[in-house]
Amino acid sequence: MKNEIIRIGHGSGAGLTNELIKEVFVKNFKLQSLEDGVEIENRTVVSTDAHVVNPLFFPGGDIGKLAISGTVNDVSMKGAIPKYILITYIIEEGFEISELKKITNSVQKEAEKANVKIIAGDTKVVEKGKADGLYLTTTGIGYLPKGVNLNSKKIKNGNKILINGTLGDHTISIINAREKMELSPAPKSDCASLNELVQVMLKNGNIKFLRDITRGGLATILNEVANDTQLGIIIDEENIPIKENVNAVSELLGLDPLYLANEGKLVSFIDGDENKLIEEMKKNEFGKDSAIIGKVTDEVKGVYIRTSIGGLRPLIMQDSDPLPRIC
Amino acid sequence: MNTKNFRNPQLINNLVEKIKQYKEPISLMEVCGSHTMAIGKWGIRNLLPNNIKLISGPGCPVCVTPMSIIDALLDLKDVTIAIFGDLMRVPGENGSLELAKAKGLDVKIVYSPIDALKLAEKKETVFVGIGFETTIPGIAYTIKQAYEKNIKNFSVLTSLKTVPPALKLLSSDEDINLDGYILPGHVSVIIGKDAYNFLPKDYNIGGVVTGFEPADILSAIARMIQQVKNNDPKIENEYSRIVTNKGNITAQKIINEVLEPTDGIFRGIGIIPDSELKIREKYSAFDAEKKYNIKIEYKEDKSGCRCGDVLKGNIIPPTCPLFGEICTPSNPIGPCMVSSEGSCSAYYKYERIM
Repeated sequence: MKNEIIRIGHGSGAGLTNELIKEVFVKNFKLQSLEDGVEIENRTVVSTDAHVVNPLFFPGGDIGKLAISGTVNDVSMKGAIPKYILITYIIEEGFEISELKKITNSVQKEAEKANVKIIAGDTKVVEKGKADGLYLTTTGIGYLPKGVNLNSKKIKNGNKILINGTLGDHTISIINAREKMELSPAPKSDCASLNELVQVMLKNGNIKFLRDITRGGLATILNEVANDTQLGIIIDEENIPIKENVNAVSELLGLDPLYLANEGKLVSFIDGDENKLIEEMKKNEFGKDSAIIGKVTDEVKGVYIRTSIGGLRPLIMQDSDPLPRIC
Repeated sequence: MNTKNFRNPQLINNLVEKIKQYKEPISLMEVCGSHTMAIGKWGIRNLLPNNIKLISGPGCPVCVTPMSIIDALLDLKDVTIAIFGDLMRVPGENGSLELAKAKGLDVKIVYSPIDALKLAEKKETVFVGIGFETTIPGIAYTIKQAYEKNIKNFSVLTSLKTVPPALKLLSSDEDINLDGYILPGHVSVIIGKDAYNFLPKDYNIGGVVTGFEPADILSAIARMIQQVKNNDPKIENEYSRIVTNKGNITAQKIINEVLEPTDGIFRGIGIIPDSELKIREKYSAFDAEKKYNIKIEYKEDKSGCRCGDVLKGNIIPPTCPLFGEICTPSNPIGPCMVSSEGSCSAYYKYERIM
């Protein structure tokens, strides 16, 4: 690896992260899969996640809600029903206990909403200046219903690609809050637990594969899938739901919503007719803007996007986080 | 203004059909990096016939910033270095700011020069003021603010470039064969359409000032074709919704008050007369070059990087032997790959055949 020290880009979820995981972790741990959630035994699925968001409170959520929904979603993407959460707090010296209470209250509220129980945890305090206020890590445990087996290997030519709503909301909400951009109305994070929506999808559609669209954004996931399966993908820009304010801020800063993190969005590869599936998804509060955005095809190699004016261009895997531009 | 009208597929289709009627080879340079990105992002090259060649120009601020600026910054001690995001991964001779940050250098990304001035409330801050006319007024204004508020621990390391001198150089270079320019939109908001009148007058070449929506770019191409067809080079304004003939006089005044022209170093190209703006004597307390005794020099790039040829439109990025193999956005060799507006980055992102 070049430059031999950790750079911030190694945490981007994009190409540099993949390189690091392969180079350091896969080699040592002899990992079989790089997915967030994994099935162990007796149809049990586990997943673990660390949360380091700045600021801790943002429109649409806070680090507590995020910690639960993030892990609930990682377990759910295997098709499993999440049941239990373990949570660890790493708290910086000087942190207000009233804030800790607020965050913990929202941990509990989101757990109730997602119907998961918090069963154990750990607390550590570190010296001032060492943890950005508060870091949380969560581990989730869930169970796979009978007959459910989601895997990228099941994706075939002709499968359609579906997402459950608008892209980029979370990142733009965080940038707005962190940089005090004072956009009005403030863009809201989409932070949400998608376990119920996933079960609706499994009941009403022929689902091959699911992923939550977090760091790296939709573009990174599609490239990973195209890489794993050696299949081609074309998505239609026109059909991808993006909120107007998210689009405007992204254009202003030189960011592309297709590469931005979400906290309540998933992408799914489906076979067969989608009408009933989408109709049922739209009845769920987190599926209202569900849409087919593309297809798996042998017309191309890799991932391409048909722009809204009819141009066709590659949608590549980026190496690192996008940087805001000068003008 | 609703930009959706400028993305209307029917309108786009009509423009493309009109452009397709012209069958002769034609080479147009889009001077501005944001145009290069827009062309890539919308897949415009893919819509155009092969006889229309779009060449990317030198209008990417990060790309033309001399390497020695990065090296000078890496030597600064006990200061906050405030930068625009694009600069983070630009390689100098001794590594990038991103790498230095990972080793402990205090580097902060700001979205506006005024944010950098706020950082100075806490700690001695050096803002890296790079850019063309679009960003220059904000930087000049910030320096003036620092002067008026008598803020002692703030300075600006400048590499501020102006577009017209670069166009003069390109237009007089006999190796570069262009039929016309697609002229920058936002730069022209500041300097005005008339700032390019020398192009048809002195060099017999025309240009169209335009915006960044697909219909803007396509209608600029259509207008340039018309000029070439009629052998009637002139400066046209397709972006009249925000660009005037004289530009933004208030912005020009503040630039003039704080800054003065000098010869400038364009990385990869060399020294272009009167192409740079430096801080005037009155404001020299805020000039980081003087405060820290920094000397910005032109250095030959020894990496084999052909950014210079890319910036002059002599080659397209994939022609460079480093492109995509050794030189990628996460490990860029040259600045054209690192800036989101750089031609190489645009080609890597949008035009690379997989």
